[in-house]
Amino acid sequence: MTNVNYFKDQFSTLQASDPNDLLSEIRKENFDTFSRSGLPTLRQEEWKYTNISSLFDKDYEFAADQEISPSLLSSLKEMRIKGHQDANELVFLNGRYIPSLSAVRSPESQLVVLPLEEAIKSKYKTLVALHLGQSSSYIKDGIHALNTSFIQGGLFLYVPKGQQSQYPVYIYHLSDAGQQHNLSQPRSLVYVESQAKFQLAETYKTLGTCESFTNEVMEIVVEADAFVEYYKIQNDGPNAHQTNTTHIRQMEKSHVHTVVLSLNGGMVRNNLNLVMDARGNETHLYGLSLLRGKTHVDNHTMIDNKMPDCYSNQLYKSVADDASTSIFSGRIIVQPDAQKTNAYQSSKNILLSEQASINAKPQLEIFADDVKCSHGCTVGQLDEEALYYLRARGIPKENAEVLLLHAFAADIIDQIKLEPLQKHTEKLINEHLSFS
Amino acid sequence: MLSIKNIHANVEGKEILKGINLEIKPGEVHAIMGPNGSGKSTLASVLAGREEYEVTQGEVLFSGKDLLELSIEDRAREGLFLAFQYPVEIPGVSTTNFIKAAVNEKRKYQGLEPLDAVSFLKMMKEKMAMVEIGQSLLSRSINEGFSGGEKKRNEIFQMAMLEPKLAILDETDSGLDIDALRIVANGINKLRTPDRSILLITHYQRLLDYIQPDYVHVLYKGRIVKSGTKELALELEEKGYDFITESIDQSANV
Repeated sequence: MTNVNYFKDQFSTLQASDPNDLLSEIRKENFDTFSRSGLPTLRQEEWKYTNISSLFDKDYEFAADQEISPSLLSSLKEMRIKGHQDANELVFLNGRYIPSLSAVRSPESQLVVLPLEEAIKSKYKTLVALHLGQSSSYIKDGIHALNTSFIQGGLFLYVPKGQQSQYPVYIYHLSDAGQQHNLSQPRSLVYVESQAKFQLAETYKTLGTCESFTNEVMEIVVEADAFVEYYKIQNDGPNAHQTNTTHIRQMEKSHVHTVVLSLNGGMVRNNLNLVMDARGNETHLYGLSLLRGKTHVDNHTMIDNKMPDCYSNQLYKSVADDASTSIFSGRIIVQPDAQKTNAYQSSKNILLSEQASINAKPQLEIFADDVKCSHGCTVGQLDEEALYYLRARGIPKENAEVLLLHAFAADIIDQIKLEPLQKHTEKLINEHLSFS
Repeated sequence: MLSIKNIHANVEGKEILKGINLEIKPGEVHAIMGPNGSGKSTLASVLAGREEYEVTQGEVLFSGKDLLELSIEDRAREGLFLAFQYPVEIPGVSTTNFIKAAVNEKRKYQGLEPLDAVSFLKMMKEKMAMVEIGQSLLSRSINEGFSGGEKKRNEIFQMAMLEPKLAILDETDSGLDIDALRIVANGINKLRTPDRSILLITHYQRLLDYIQPDYVHVLYKGRIVKSGTKELALELEEKGYDFITESIDQSANV
């Protein structure tokens, strides 16, 4: 069972150390929610397939501030994405943004990077006050509230108007589960001003063999005519569990492009929310899960079309081998004002083993009459005819299967527009698939 | 080269091949003809190793090896090639990469080093000219969006690249217009060597106008009921299969 007393103590200590500012108000409200609702269980429709509370039979603790050991540094080096010399590299250790480990390479005129605690005292404080915690009105469950109850060591990113910054941001999340079951709760707010272009990628690594739980929330505001690409690469150990929420608010005629790639890991839940808060937005969401072992990946997308003329397209693909589980749940809401919405969704899955499972759940809630929405879902096996054809040319069965899996994954990999990241993920996928 | 002895084979519990005997020597071209449903394509699939086909009796020796004991891929790497009647479209797998993988798998099996990029390209160019296939087709995914003729040309190109000991061409002429048929047949003729054997499976005589077989066999109801030289094909063209099948059916009824 969740160690409620532990969180209560930690919460009191945190609030006492840092009283009466904006963050402590947000924390207070959310700790009430957390205390009331606890962690989500399978009885909640949104959590039907992912038993996150079962993980908390272990006593997770927040890491104490620690020295940066050589082993941490070498792990950090390992997880760096190729082409990093032309990127801003931001490091979270145990859920806290560490400026001293990070490298901001863009000039301040192109990108502002601040710890959240500093941002609320800076000229950006109104922006932060306005946008931090908006995701709480969409996700009211206890795990999201738990992150928000402990906002500390967070990150604020600001892209000024019209900046087409040539450098992407890579965020590396490092968790140290060497001594204890580690709970990391990264929190960030990204604000992309109008007509700016921004590319962001996040990746995760856990050290040590205790259990690790990363409970992340990132909120992104995309102003009018801005363009954001967001990439999430999950390839961590079987002891590394995750719930993360990426909450994106789109203003007029903005463009968002996301790719979520999940390879190895423990129990992983990805919430991706898109709120269409103005008309004429365009959104493309892609997902690829290539799962084996006992890895469990649950992708939840939600698009709330509040205003007219928005276009969204979703393509999520998964392959489940061994005893792995893949879930896709895609919710599309079309509010009464959101006429001329175009919303498309497709989920394509390959089941490779009797013990693996795949769940796909489209959910369309349409309250406007002049809209185009569609959804489709397939679950199948590798094409036997294609396998036979490849083998008849002398390609061994295992290699033929890998070729077909690569082919299945190819159109999602193509959606990674950031070239060094695309190469990086191709390499990861090659290594991942060659194990089987 | 290939020695088929009394092969019986089932598909979904139904016996399709009922005792086939056939000897093919190096360099020989044999044609197997027969009406629809006689078992021609089943024979091709049994030789290539398709898993839905169950061999219940008989033996096949390929260069002295027990062919039926080998996996699909090992048969290919031993030098058996099947040109598919319906080549499969495989989106997302580039034709060039696929052929390179196939060529190198075969070399590996023979204990040879993989071809380097330059030698592979050189070989590709040479064979492309031989079978009249363009670069644009090969840079696409395997057979994706290819016309019927392009798919068949791609099969012959793969045959050229893999240099098999025995090529089985399963209705390679089907669905081709006269021009495409001529190109494909020319490609095959260029691939005839004193060592390479070819088994042509066809319904019509017209392919044999372009590729002269040494022997012609008629397959009917799972058995070879008549064998002869290329004149047999002409006789079939003139009189239809009925002149053979009727006499077989009659004698069966006696």
